[in-house]
Amino acid sequence: MDTLACVKRVPDTGAKIVLTDDQRAIDTSNLGFTMSPHEECGLEEAVQIAQDTGGTATALTLGTAEADEQLRTALAMQADEAVLLETEEREWGPLDTATAIADYVRETDDEYDLLLFGTESADNGNYQVPIHVATQLGLPVVTAIKHIEVEDDTVVARREAGGGEEVYELETPAVVGVKEGLNEPRYPSMRSKMRARQQEVEQHHPEPGGRDRLEMVRLEAPEQDEGTAEILGEGPEATPRIVEILQEDLEVL
Amino acid sequence: MVLALVEHEAGVPEDSSLEMLTLARGVAEETDEPLTAVVVGAEAAGVADDLGTYGVETVYVVDHERLDDYAPVAWATSVDQLAADLDPDAVVAPGSTRGHEVLAHVAARREQSMAANCIEVTTGEEYELTRQRWGGTLLEEARLGGDTKLLTAAAHEVSAEPADSPTEPAVESFDPSLDEEAFEVRVTRHEASDVEGVPLGEARVVVGGGRGVGGPDGYDQLEELADLLGGAVGASRAAVNEGWRPHDDQVGQTGAKISPKLYVACGISGAVQHMVGCKGAENILAINTDPEAAIIQKARWAVVGDLHEVVPELNESIRSAN
Ligand SMILES: Cc1cc2nc3c(=O)[nH]c(=O)nc-3n(C[C@H](O)[C@H](O)[C@H](O)COP(=O)(O)OP(=O)(O)OC[C@H]3O[C@@H](n4cnc5c(N)ncnc54)[C@H](O)[C@@H]3O)c2cc1C
Repeated sequence: MDTLACVKRVPDTGAKIVLTDDQRAIDTSNLGFTMSPHEECGLEEAVQIAQDTGGTATALTLGTAEADEQLRTALAMQADEAVLLETEEREWGPLDTATAIADYVRETDDEYDLLLFGTESADNGNYQVPIHVATQLGLPVVTAIKHIEVEDDTVVARREAGGGEEVYELETPAVVGVKEGLNEPRYPSMRSKMRARQQEVEQHHPEPGGRDRLEMVRLEAPEQDEGTAEILGEGPEATPRIVEILQEDLEVL
Repeated sequence: MVLALVEHEAGVPEDSSLEMLTLARGVAEETDEPLTAVVVGAEAAGVADDLGTYGVETVYVVDHERLDDYAPVAWATSVDQLAADLDPDAVVAPGSTRGHEVLAHVAARREQSMAANCIEVTTGEEYELTRQRWGGTLLEEARLGGDTKLLTAAAHEVSAEPADSPTEPAVESFDPSLDEEAFEVRVTRHEASDVEGVPLGEARVVVGGGRGVGGPDGYDQLEELADLLGGAVGASRAAVNEGWRPHDDQVGQTGAKISPKLYVACGISGAVQHMVGCKGAENILAINTDPEAAIIQKARWAVVGDLHEVVPELNESIRSAN
């Protein structure tokens, strides 16, 4: 089965997010970038399915030239090929992003049986790119998936629902949006990282269609209600006070 | 008119849908238009009374023999066709798995973009809205255009407020035209979860363990504490990435959102991506060796110390107190 995993480059924030002065982006001067966690699982799944079925796994990203870094990571994680849809701006709207991806899939000679996406990107959380892509290509799609099995031409996909799971069966070619927890992404070895540096990345330069009517004005950090914690003590000496709280304040004992 | 997609379980509206209705009612009031709801599936008509409490004037029940089971395209086609008939100013859905999925399909059919996870909306030719990004770690002020605005309300951000004057909604049935293709993707079966014990999302007490737990074995003490308090064990992403706990235990932006009475955070630094998962906790007790840890700023109570000393002692005391 030939798979295409669409991944996104996002800032790898630690505990604190600092915004740029114009409040239009995260200040990344002291930050690295990473592959959005949901999509990292999508890529891992693509590689596993390709390996199990004797197919190929291609990693694709839409982003600036710097997103090459995430494609190298994908190659080091055993993706066979990498495609960069290079843009000037870091951030395209969901409809333009999806249209560029759908156009690439339509025009390439590679025929993919399964297209994997994160259900939502970690930074933007738009929840719609996989669905726009599937609709434009006329393919079945399901999102929020945490388990995939491939049986011949059928993809069996599961997602959490009300304490249990819902099971879907999609005929390939199909599109699936996944969530972190689908699998444990592998850590690339030093050797595979070295090899990935030499590999070729296919480049395209899509133009934005300008159809997105969702426009960012400004980012801000939400107000934190910082409670001033009551320090109950140092080490085990705090135990009697905790028990008192459990019994009296919280009545959970 | 504002058209709101309400999810329900056997005729009882979901909490996240009631929260969404509160946001949608604000939009309707601002535009001086009625608030209308659409519900799908068997027993859907049962929601009418509850929706009246939230100011809904008309409830459209999507009437179709095959819609009892969820099928995203069939649901979206129904909402899309109803919206084409009613021509609302906005279509709003809850920020749940189905709410996001159905509305994204409506957006895709209309070749426009939707705004996910909104918490504030000001109407106009374009809507000005505030929406969550990074799982709620950041907020974005955005503008949304289009003839019919499509948006979802972030779950558990706006509290559900009944309307000042309740209504007695008219119940209308709507019969969409659906072809076989609309059912190509559907729930083929439900399976019960094999996870034992109290589910994280419902637990009254959650004992969370982070990188500070130091390894998989360290969770035995936390399991014991959770058992003693009738709760469940959670974990930070760092602990899950180490392979110490399954991802189902992860609390945070890319994990579970919890709302217990007490969250005991052991060896967790309190990174924003973790905190967005546990901000629904009524109380946080932090156990951390570092008095400067961010979690201590956010907790109600804190113990500065090694969790491997504090937790066993605490378990012992609780056992003897029982
Ligand atoms: C896109 C994205 C999504 C993310 N999603 C999530 C998510 O869903 N959930 C999540 O949790 N994180 C998430 N993260 C990761 C997050 O940024 C943090 O890296 C993570 O929460 C840190 O986990 P931690 O607190 O266990 O580890 P650390 O930050 O390493 O903190 C360990 C803490 O343990 C304390 N400690 C050490 N030893 C002891 C001891 N013996 N006794 C007591 N205390 C001790 C230390 O003082 C420290 O405060 C995400 C990150 C990104 C980029």
